[in-house]
Amino acid sequence: MIEVRDLKKTYQMGDETVAALAGVSLSFPRGSYLAITGPSGSGKSTLMNILGGLDRPTSGQYLFEDEDVSHLDDDGLAHFRNQRIGFVFQSFQLLPRYSALQNVELPMVYAGIEVKERRERAAEMLAKVGLADRRHHRPTQMSGGQQQRVAIARSLANHPDLLLADEPTGALDSSTGKDVMALFEQLNSDGLTVILVTHDANVAARARRRVGFRDGLIVSDEGAKS
Amino acid sequence: MKSKDLIRFAASAIAAHPMRSALTSLGVVIGVAAVVMMTSIGLGAQQRVMSAISGLGSNLIIVSPAASRSGFAAQAAGSDISITGADAEAIAKQVEGVAAVAPTVRGQAQLASEGTNWNSRIEGVTPDYLVARDLTIGQGRMFDEREARQGRTVAVIGTTVARELFGDADPVGKRIRVGSSPFQVVGVLTSKGQSGFGQDQDDIVLGPLPAVRSRVVGRRVKGDTVQTIYIKAASEDDLSRVQEDATTLLRERHRIREGEDDDFQAQNMASILQASQAATATFTILLAAVAAVSLVVGGVGIMNIMLVAVTERTREIGLRMAVGAKRSDILIQFALESVALSLAGGILGLLIGIGGALLIAQLGSWPMAIPSWAAPLSLGFSMAVGLVFGAYPSWQASRLDPIEALRRE
Ligand SMILES: Nc1ncnc2c1ncn2[C@@H]1O[C@H](COP(=O)(O)OP(=O)(O)OP(=O)(O)O)[C@@H](O)[C@H]1O
Ligand SMILES: [Mg+2]
Repeated sequence: MIEVRDLKKTYQMGDETVAALAGVSLSFPRGSYLAITGPSGSGKSTLMNILGGLDRPTSGQYLFEDEDVSHLDDDGLAHFRNQRIGFVFQSFQLLPRYSALQNVELPMVYAGIEVKERRERAAEMLAKVGLADRRHHRPTQMSGGQQQRVAIARSLANHPDLLLADEPTGALDSSTGKDVMALFEQLNSDGLTVILVTHDANVAARARRRVGFRDGLIVSDEGAKS
Repeated sequence: MKSKDLIRFAASAIAAHPMRSALTSLGVVIGVAAVVMMTSIGLGAQQRVMSAISGLGSNLIIVSPAASRSGFAAQAAGSDISITGADAEAIAKQVEGVAAVAPTVRGQAQLASEGTNWNSRIEGVTPDYLVARDLTIGQGRMFDEREARQGRTVAVIGTTVARELFGDADPVGKRIRVGSSPFQVVGVLTSKGQSGFGQDQDDIVLGPLPAVRSRVVGRRVKGDTVQTIYIKAASEDDLSRVQEDATTLLRERHRIREGEDDDFQAQNMASILQASQAATATFTILLAAVAAVSLVVGGVGIMNIMLVAVTERTREIGLRMAVGAKRSDILIQFALESVALSLAGGILGLLIGIGGALLIAQLGSWPMAIPSWAAPLSLGFSMAVGLVFGAYPSWQASRLDPIEALRRE
């Protein structure tokens, strides 16, 4: 079970206080597949960043299974991100100097895994996303859809418990977007917990649970809650 | 995270911009090369002076007319030379612990023998000169006291003179002309080779003091005066006492009152050695300081490029943090990059410095002297430069906020 309670995130902009999250509570069991929707600036990415351990809430609690993530220090969060979380970004965020294989290896390097093992695992992950034959290509030598699949392979490298994808198809055309979504569905059906942010109603409709955001608050929550 | 992976990350970042990396290291290359070359030149100069001084003879005190009164012009005129053969005799008789006293006059003279000419130094000496200057006879013999007193025109020649005038033939017994006077060769000195000052010590003719004074250098040295008195102390322990006693005796003989300056100067080898060592040490420190400044300039260059690299690679840093890099991993990665750049520059600079020192030694017929601490010191220094000047950029990289870093274009 992953749970956030009364999560708030505020930014001080001069005299004004901006609430990116104004008290969000949400819980979901392992194996869930959530789609988060909402207008721009409603706090979707802010929640994702906190769930991913990239950011800390101003107040509220974050419980990841039995672990209280809100109390981790910088190194603790780094370890948490490395071991528990897989992150997929809208803009792929691949390192341009590295090959597909090396990009996928990166989380395993920070996990202290030996070269031989992580090469094998990276190759395995690339095969899983259908890029076995592109492992020595650099990001600039691949299409957007291929790059995003490399990024997905990277997010899977350390066998995370939670996959976070913030508008993963935002930079892709609709047909490649569909391929990527199919990949997420496949991963979810293999048991991985997936949360994705999307503006695409069709994409959201396919998720088992849909959470709607507005002004830093959850305004709708539909679908399976088991 | 394993340290070899950190090294790999740093190496690949450096290799990604070979030209930029090379230019960044250039400052350190030049700095280290300069330090190595400068210290090697300083040390070479010191060794050269030391071998020159010790080549003069051990436990030696050199008495010469006071510098103030025997400027070049005065000496050339022969008017003011203050020390005499009688002074030398008095020292030999009255000062204890003296192994040899050798009054000397010298000049330059044209030599001739059987149609061959050669220009050489000629010194008018007493037999004790050999003892004072640590010289030995290789062939024939030294002239004796009696021959010297009688003003006999006999000579002992150095091996260079022997070769130039007689080739392979035995010079002993042959006659040579020194200027316009005929001398008979009675002996040949054992070769001493080049002195530390670059002078051929075998290019010399020794004759009895009275004969040389009257026939060769007569116009410049009047009466009983000599240009130098060499005093050899019996042992190193006697050296400073002999110098003091000889100075006191000469002041008495020259009727110099309390408080007046000496009209001669007495120097012993130990003090000359010390003075020259102090001088070359200062010189070396000065050169090294100048070189160290260029090393700092190199460090600033590295810092500059590292700051640029952190800005350029902000997104990379954010991504690394997102996939699990700790702040310390980022810090170490960038610090390693900076140290590697600097160290590579240091290694190259060391090689260039050694090469340059070799070249200078060749060109200046200088002893090749790379101090043993040059390698560890310059490598240690360049590592320290990389660490110090890489610290701030690396720290900046490690303090980045991952979310902001990932958003950066
Ligand atoms: N560093 C920051 N400083 C100040 N305000 C911020 C900061 N980050 C986010 N915000 C504000 O927080 C609010 C929520 O931002 P967030 O990025 O979570 O929106 P979003 O739902 O992801 O929007 P979009 O769909 O456009 O990506 C916005 O109003 C934004 O301006
Ligand atoms: Mg967003």
